[in-house]
Amino acid sequence: MSGLIKSSIARKVVMALSGLFLVFFLGQHFVINITSVIAPDTFNSWSHFMGYNPLVQYVLQPILIAGVVVHFVMGIALELKNTRARAVKYVKYSGGSNAPWISRNMIITGLVVLAFLGLHLYDFWVHEMVYKYIEGHPEDATRYHAETVEKFVPVWRTVLYVIAFVLLALHLLHGFASSFQTMGINNKYSSGIKTFTKIYAVAIPLGFVLIAIYHHLNPITH
Amino acid sequence: MKLNLKIWRQKDAKSKGQMVDYPIKGVEGDMSFLEMLDVLNEELINKGEEPVEFDHDCREGICGTCSLQINGEPHGPDRLVTTCQLHMRKFKDGDTIVIEPFRASAFPVIKDLIVDRSAFDRIQQAGGYISVNTSGNTVDANAIPIDKHAADEAMDAATCIGCGACVAACKNASAMLFTSAKVSQFALLPQGQVEAVDRVQNMVRQMDLEGFGNCTNTGACEVECPKGISLENIARMNREYLSASLKG
Repeated sequence: MSGLIKSSIARKVVMALSGLFLVFFLGQHFVINITSVIAPDTFNSWSHFMGYNPLVQYVLQPILIAGVVVHFVMGIALELKNTRARAVKYVKYSGGSNAPWISRNMIITGLVVLAFLGLHLYDFWVHEMVYKYIEGHPEDATRYHAETVEKFVPVWRTVLYVIAFVLLALHLLHGFASSFQTMGINNKYSSGIKTFTKIYAVAIPLGFVLIAIYHHLNPITH
Repeated sequence: MKLNLKIWRQKDAKSKGQMVDYPIKGVEGDMSFLEMLDVLNEELINKGEEPVEFDHDCREGICGTCSLQINGEPHGPDRLVTTCQLHMRKFKDGDTIVIEPFRASAFPVIKDLIVDRSAFDRIQQAGGYISVNTSGNTVDANAIPIDKHAADEAMDAATCIGCGACVAACKNASAMLFTSAKVSQFALLPQGQVEAVDRVQNMVRQMDLEGFGNCTNTGACEVECPKGISLENIARMNREYLSASLKG
C-alpha cells in the first residue's frame, strides 16, 4: 500500500478523481446560483435548505472541503516533484510549439482559483458561520438573496469574480478531459469527452460571470 | 549557408557549463544536423580546440542514440524525425540555432551535449521483457493467433527507440510515454500476460525512483516523439497499473 501512495500514477488518479468531484460540485452550485437571477424565492429556500440540512452541513460539506484540500495539496506535491525533475532549466524552451498554454500552466490557473476560493469563503462561508454560530441569529429563510446581491455592489469584487472564473474556465478546459486520460480512458469516447469539456468549461464559468454582473447591475434598493 | 550556433559546453559531469557561440560557414541544405556538427568539429580540431561531444550511432533514425534540444525542441523543429535525420534545409541562412543537451534530473550531463540515459535501461530491466524458455523447446511465436488490431498496436508501441525526446519535451521531464510504450508492447500480446501484474508495477516504481516528473497530459511528448508514440499508451499503462494494484 505504501508503494501505491508514493506512486506517480496513483497520485495523478487522486488528482483526477478529486477534480471530477469538484467539477460535479461546480455544476450543482451553478444550478442553485442561477435561481438567484430567475427565481429569488427558490434561491432563498434552496440556500436555507443547504444551510441547515444536517446531511449537507455535517456530511456533504466536510466531503467537499476534503475534496478541495486533497486536490490542492496533491497538486502542489506533484508540482514540486515536477520542478525537481528538471533542476537545470533549458536556455531555450519552446513549450508553445508542442502543447497549449492552458495545459502547461495548470498550477497558475489553479493557484488563482485557490486564492479566489479564499475570498469566496470569506464572503459567504465565514459570514454564514458568524451569523449562525457566533452571533446566534435565528433561522431566516428570506435573507439569502438580498445578502448575495449586496456582495456584488462593489465593482472590485465583481471584477475579481469575473477574473477568477475566466481562470477557472482555462483550468477546466484542460483538467476536465485530462482527468479521463489519467484514469486510463482514451478510446472512441475521448473526442466526445473533449467536446463536452469545451462546452462545460466555457458555459458554467460564463454563467457564473453573468450572474455576478447581473447582480452588480441590479442592486436591491431599499 | 552561414549560421550562428549557440552550443552548451560542459567539461564533465561536475563542471558548470555555459553556452558558447560558434559562427559556421559553408553549411549545405542537404547536410544532416549531425553532419553540420561534424563540420564544426573538424574546424575546432584544426584550430586545436576541443570538439563538441554529442551522441550518435546509426545515423538512420532507428537506434535512438542521437538526442539534442535544438531551438527549444528535442530533435529540432521537424516532426517524426530524429536529429540524425533532420536536414539543414529546415534552417535559413543567418539563423541562430540554440543547441542544448536533453534536460532532466534523471538524465545528468556527462559532457557537452551527451547525457546519461541509463535510467531508461533500468526501467526496461525492471520489467520490460517476457520470460521465454530457450532451452531447446521454444514455442514458435506465430503458433499463437493474435488479433490484427492488437498486433498492430503492439508493434506501434514497440517502435519506441528510447531516445528520451519525450522526457526532454515534457515540461515535467516525465518518462511516462517511454515507460507506457514498453508496458504496452507486451500488455497487448498474450505472451505478455504472464508477468503483466508485476511488469507494470515494477516499471512504474523504477520510473518514479529515477526522479522523472509526473505526466500532466500536455501531449508535448506525443508531438515531439520521432516515432509517433501515442498518448493512448499512457492511458493503457494507467489502466494496467490500476488493475494490477487492485489485484495486489
